[in-house]
Amino acid sequence: MEIVKKAQAGSFESSDVLVLIEPVEKGTGRKIEVDSAVQRQYGDQILTIIQESLDEYEVNDIHLVFNDKGAIDTVIKARLETAIKRASNAQKGTMY
Amino acid sequence: MQNSLGREIPEFIEGYGKTEPFSGAWTKLKKGEMSEITIPPPNKAKLAHQTKLTPNLEEAIAKTNPHDGMTVSFHHHLRNGDGLLVKTLDILAKMGIKNITLASSSLADCHTPILKYIADGTICKVWTSGMRGEIGKAVSEGAMQLPVIFHSHGGRVRAIHTGEISIDLAIVATSAADEEGNGTGTFGKSAFGSMGYSIIDMRYAKQVIVVTDNLVEYPCYPLSVTQNFVDYVVVVDSIGDPTKIASGTTRITKSPIDLLIAKHAADVIEHSGYFVPGFSFQLGAGGASLAVAKFMRDKMKRQEIHGSFLLGGVTSYCIDMLNEGLFKSVFDVQSFDAMVSSSLYNNKNHIEISAALYANPYNCGCMTNKLDIVVLGALEVDVDFNVNVLTGSGGYIRGASGGHCDTASGAKLTVVVCPSIRGRISTINQRVQTVVTPGESVDVVVTERGICVNPAQPELEQNLLKAGLNVKKIEDLQQEVENIVGKSKPVEYTDKIVGVVEYRDGTIIDVVREIKH
Amino acid sequence: MLYIPGNNPAMLLHGGVYGADSLLLDLEDAVALNQKDAARILVRNMLKTVDYYGAEVCVRVNHLDTPFGMDDLNEIVPLQPNAIRYPKTETIEELDRLVQVITEIEDRHGLPHDKMKIHIMIETALGVQNVFEIAKFCKRVDAITIGGQDLTADMNIKNTKDGAGIDLARKMIVMAAKANKIDAIDTVFVDVDNEEDLRIETQYIKELGFNGKAVINPRQIDIVHEVFTPTEEEIRKAYRIIKEFNRNKALGIGVFAVDGKMVDAPVLTRANYVLELAGVDSDAI
Repeated sequence: MEIVKKAQAGSFESSDVLVLIEPVEKGTGRKIEVDSAVQRQYGDQILTIIQESLDEYEVNDIHLVFNDKGAIDTVIKARLETAIKRASNAQKGTMY
Repeated sequence: MQNSLGREIPEFIEGYGKTEPFSGAWTKLKKGEMSEITIPPPNKAKLAHQTKLTPNLEEAIAKTNPHDGMTVSFHHHLRNGDGLLVKTLDILAKMGIKNITLASSSLADCHTPILKYIADGTICKVWTSGMRGEIGKAVSEGAMQLPVIFHSHGGRVRAIHTGEISIDLAIVATSAADEEGNGTGTFGKSAFGSMGYSIIDMRYAKQVIVVTDNLVEYPCYPLSVTQNFVDYVVVVDSIGDPTKIASGTTRITKSPIDLLIAKHAADVIEHSGYFVPGFSFQLGAGGASLAVAKFMRDKMKRQEIHGSFLLGGVTSYCIDMLNEGLFKSVFDVQSFDAMVSSSLYNNKNHIEISAALYANPYNCGCMTNKLDIVVLGALEVDVDFNVNVLTGSGGYIRGASGGHCDTASGAKLTVVVCPSIRGRISTINQRVQTVVTPGESVDVVVTERGICVNPAQPELEQNLLKAGLNVKKIEDLQQEVENIVGKSKPVEYTDKIVGVVEYRDGTIIDVVREIKH
Repeated sequence: MLYIPGNNPAMLLHGGVYGADSLLLDLEDAVALNQKDAARILVRNMLKTVDYYGAEVCVRVNHLDTPFGMDDLNEIVPLQPNAIRYPKTETIEELDRLVQVITEIEDRHGLPHDKMKIHIMIETALGVQNVFEIAKFCKRVDAITIGGQDLTADMNIKNTKDGAGIDLARKMIVMAAKANKIDAIDTVFVDVDNEEDLRIETQYIKELGFNGKAVINPRQIDIVHEVFTPTEEEIRKAYRIIKEFNRNKALGIGVFAVDGKMVDAPVLTRANYVLELAGVDSDAI
């Protein structure tokens, strides 16, 4: 998928994560910034999930800011999916 | 070497000395007396009508022979509203005193300014029950050369008796005092209630300064602290802000999870076999433990079961139960809000006690030994029921030993309440980062996802199962929670020891190591 | 039956611990219009992974007339929660369409048509008028619930504490449900701090014949449970009735009395229901 616009998903609430995405020029790769309340315990795992999600949606060029308040993996995946779909205009049925 | 809980304890720790490893909650106490020598308290002489009143804190401190390497002590009844600890250190630092040992019965966020004195060598050693916030973070990251020594409230009394804590100067805040230093915390604009922790300091300190913002006509009573141990009296504008004593810990929570845990805990108590007329009770302030009071109150009323005494840190909820006749008396070592102070002043069934009577293991019996039921919180519990109330997620120091291990060992039924998950962090783990209370003292752990009974208490487990409560093996709960939050990476520590955790009998139950950062 | 907002990870994660008999993961009114996609994806993921400790799990989707209904069903139906709760139902034509859509999705995924149930929400005056037909429409519909907030809005009346305005609707809905032998669930009580009036209202709707009540805060669960749980006295009496019945049946006696009162078929039915609520196996008596 191609990231065509800025999008965000999630929130700053506890157990949630706020994912911000913006497009970058083709060929610049993935620029990922992670800030997590559980960085020491889950930082590596979070980065793996982000990379896997981007692989799954075949996103190669992206600027992604990840602000985590202790979300579990399944929530992280949901927020990434939502943000990616929003940013690539793949999400229908939602009023912005 | 390893202590009996399998914790690695060096035989010698720089800044602490030779260690004696923890070997069981009662192993040392079974002997019936303390092996260590008790140091003699100082005995002074004053002349009749000699005045103790000193114009300000600076002059009073100057009279007490301040010197490098001295130990200065404080009591933490004003908690986060304390106005004297930092002020005293400011004065000592200005005098150029170095290598001070700070021995406060506990430290709060308001004491954060001491970090600069740790950095510049004014303070070189700290004894406390706990610390949090910026101080805890700095110590965890190795800000101090020598480790902080964490004691329980009972253990602090023992450590003063043995001279481990040898106090040169005790600063004692009172909300009312007279010119001779008789004083109390029960009335005055800064009333903060019981002065339980300061009694021992007064007896053993070489110099004692009573500070008040409310000088009353001689003699001041009730006699929480007495003139025969006081060297100087200072009047200041304010000893602190008593409205900050509570800092949110004394209101019943609205958090549905905490309320749920509290309800389960009250059910556990009801069916434990210990919920009988005349039971004695203690509960922690804040979160789920305080909320247990709400459910216990309902059960006591409904079943017309009246208790004997309430003990410990006292919240207004305890006073409500006293006034309703649900308990006969309250024994108070620390008061958590203004309403408690006025009750202590007015109600003869609300009695101020010293930390020694409350929890010192080495005397002819402390009151925690007479407890039937105690409800305590936890930052973390492991599958051996060991409890950590000192280091939080990420390994940072952010809690206090307090009366946790004292009451847990004494009570017939020790109930630990905590959510099984905080944010994404599991509270039920294979191994706690820091042991403060040994598993042998903990009978049951209550979480929102299940109740775990210590296998050493099969009868209790049967009682709870019979009542249809959600009893689980702690190993199963640990696994269940791990499945939800995912396996976390263990915190990485260096070899440097930044904290020594003394058990109440003076043995070392654990050490805290510096976080790699 | 506890409502859980569909876009709230913490509540979705912990919803199962409160002891509600049924959880309602809400994609409809609890979710802002611009977060419908986020909630849909989140609830779908949570349904796959979170343990709700045996509680019945329902998902309230958006109506098919909204831009979200079809996407909701496409994501949720394949996961086969215990039930889909369908809001603002007014006619059997709407219901017919819903069932068709669900069936098609199930066919696509090779799923059976009888596992996942449908709960219908009646939230308009027209819906109330048609409720009997709706309740009887098909076997998949196994509960009818009343949405009090929307109903008062639709009727353009105030939502009073005594519920006078929706009283007839409540009674019609209970009657329609009972006539079709399905469950009737009452609407939420919004003032979460008012425990006393929640108790009074729950007592009232229990007397009307509702089988349960929706709650919006976990703190309300215990009160609803307390009202619906038979008292020890009721259970003992029911137990004695069934015991006497079994004894007399064995002796060939058809008519008998317990506590001086004649036991007939309705009394027996009621006694069985009380024991069922109390979790007592009446066959074992």
